[in-house]
Amino acid sequence: MSLRNTVRAMPVILKVSFSEALAYRAEFMIWVLTTTMPLIMLALWSAVASEAPVGRFGQTQFTAYFLSTFIVRQLTSSWAAWQMNYEVRHGVMSMRLLKPIHPLWSYAAEHWAALPMRLVVAIPMAAIALAVVGARQLPSDPAIWGIWCASMAGAWLIGFLTGVTVGCLSFHLESSVKVMDVWFALFFMASGYLFPIVLLPSAIRHVVDWLPFRYQLGLPVEIMTGAYDRAGALWMVARQWGFVLLLLGLATIAWRTGIKRFEAYGG
Amino acid sequence: MLPMISVSDLHKHYRVHNRPPGVMAALKSLVHRDYKEVRAVDGITFSVEPGERVGFLGPNGAGKTTTLKVLSGLLHPTRGQVRVGGFTPKDRRDAFLSTITLVMGQKQQLMWDLPPSETFELNRGIYDISRSRFNETIAELSSWLELGSLVSKPTRQLSLGERMKCELAAALIHRPSVLFLDEPTIGLDVSMQSTIRAFIKQYNERYGATLILTSHYMDDVTALCPRVVVVDRGKLSYDGGLEELVTRIRPEKRVMLRLDRDVDASAWEGFGKVVSTEGRSVVLQVPNEQASAIITRALDAFPVEDLTIENAPLEEVMSELFSRSRAAAEEGDT
Repeated sequence: MSLRNTVRAMPVILKVSFSEALAYRAEFMIWVLTTTMPLIMLALWSAVASEAPVGRFGQTQFTAYFLSTFIVRQLTSSWAAWQMNYEVRHGVMSMRLLKPIHPLWSYAAEHWAALPMRLVVAIPMAAIALAVVGARQLPSDPAIWGIWCASMAGAWLIGFLTGVTVGCLSFHLESSVKVMDVWFALFFMASGYLFPIVLLPSAIRHVVDWLPFRYQLGLPVEIMTGAYDRAGALWMVARQWGFVLLLLGLATIAWRTGIKRFEAYGG
Repeated sequence: MLPMISVSDLHKHYRVHNRPPGVMAALKSLVHRDYKEVRAVDGITFSVEPGERVGFLGPNGAGKTTTLKVLSGLLHPTRGQVRVGGFTPKDRRDAFLSTITLVMGQKQQLMWDLPPSETFELNRGIYDISRSRFNETIAELSSWLELGSLVSKPTRQLSLGERMKCELAAALIHRPSVLFLDEPTIGLDVSMQSTIRAFIKQYNERYGATLILTSHYMDDVTALCPRVVVVDRGKLSYDGGLEELVTRIRPEKRVMLRLDRDVDASAWEGFGKVVSTEGRSVVLQVPNEQASAIITRALDAFPVEDLTIENAPLEEVMSELFSRSRAAAEEGDT
């Protein structure tokens, strides 16, 4: 489908996909419960910081960090890998391929349509964060918030494109979700989900800087908790978008080779 | 006039991993795999004119669904030429996808937890249908399929037949001119099958749509398809009129007689082959050219209350056609 037609169809797709997201509200709430790890880590690290600050993190900074982590995770997560794996294995992908819209656009639209549901959880959490840590813990420069928006889009794209790349492995493997499990094991360790990346020893941090995980979660959290000035934030977002472009290339190759196999062997 | 669908020397081959059962075989397959080539479609040629209704028949594994998937662009042919509505399906151009629909009885496009009306609306957006045309089409399809309040119930709460009616409506919202229907009546009760058949015929007549139907229910074929294409093991074994197929494979009539009293089975000697006798009813199988003479003799000789003459059941005709083509293939192999 041409981009023009896709854009024209998007409002309807978003509207119907939002209805679908609403229909799955119970599943969504259960999923939210599985993402409360930052709140547990908040309790843990606050206890540690009650004795003395850890690096630049006192109790207030840990509170700001982990509440932000929770919010960013809510707004940037992607389920494309599981969805594609299911649809390829059960032949549902055929139904998508028969429609004059690229399946990856429809997956993306379904993710965007679920955003209001996620905001329902994220906005109260942001209000709590603001009340607990105070506005002074947050960046006051509007430009930083503009950069934060770009980092949120980049974080979502990294998650989504990784999901698509792994999902495309279902065209070749019996099941690709195990690959996603491996990705998540690394994500938990190297994204800033369980602890701020700056607390890692510098040698390990250097390695983490060259992996995509930090840019999928930690970077927006760091920007919104005031870890960077404008120049620093811009530089990190530029690196993040480098990963976005890399993953876009990988996802495109994975889709094209996968769909070629699907067209050769069926599903 | 150019045919709506033309298929020339179509081949679709798969390479399938062949592994015997057992742990040793599983371990061996880690280092060495045996593959065999499966010829799902093996050199099929046919064409379909605009507005034609064609039954695409064959036993399980004959290559019917594979062919429909190639025609709808889901699968790429290994070899051969395929054109549908002037398009090459494997390119899957938007204009092509807006021209066709593929309904698979065992797969659904309706969103499971939402009412069908939401899927209709989604398709309106995807196919870029104006609101007025959409409303007009929905009204028409709803009246033909008697959808009523079904469209506003969640799909998961609909019965199989109700789902299929909504599935058909969702697949036809963009008014496709080519319909590929892969067992659309599978699992439905007799009354629902009949509703679906009537609807398909109505759509074909209203819009002049071309349709290819696969079904294991011969009633579907008899009601909808004046022409049938029969495939077996990926090869075409018949392409022509349904009547001619029956006459060619079974050049006989079934004569069913009901008498006003019991008659001994031996009395029917010389009246053709006795298929069955039950109480006062008897079913005879007689050659086409002798049918009228034998019936006249039977009416003279027995107290006949009721008389019915039919062709051999299509199921039997198909079964015989398949066994003949298999025997011919085995002969060719040896």
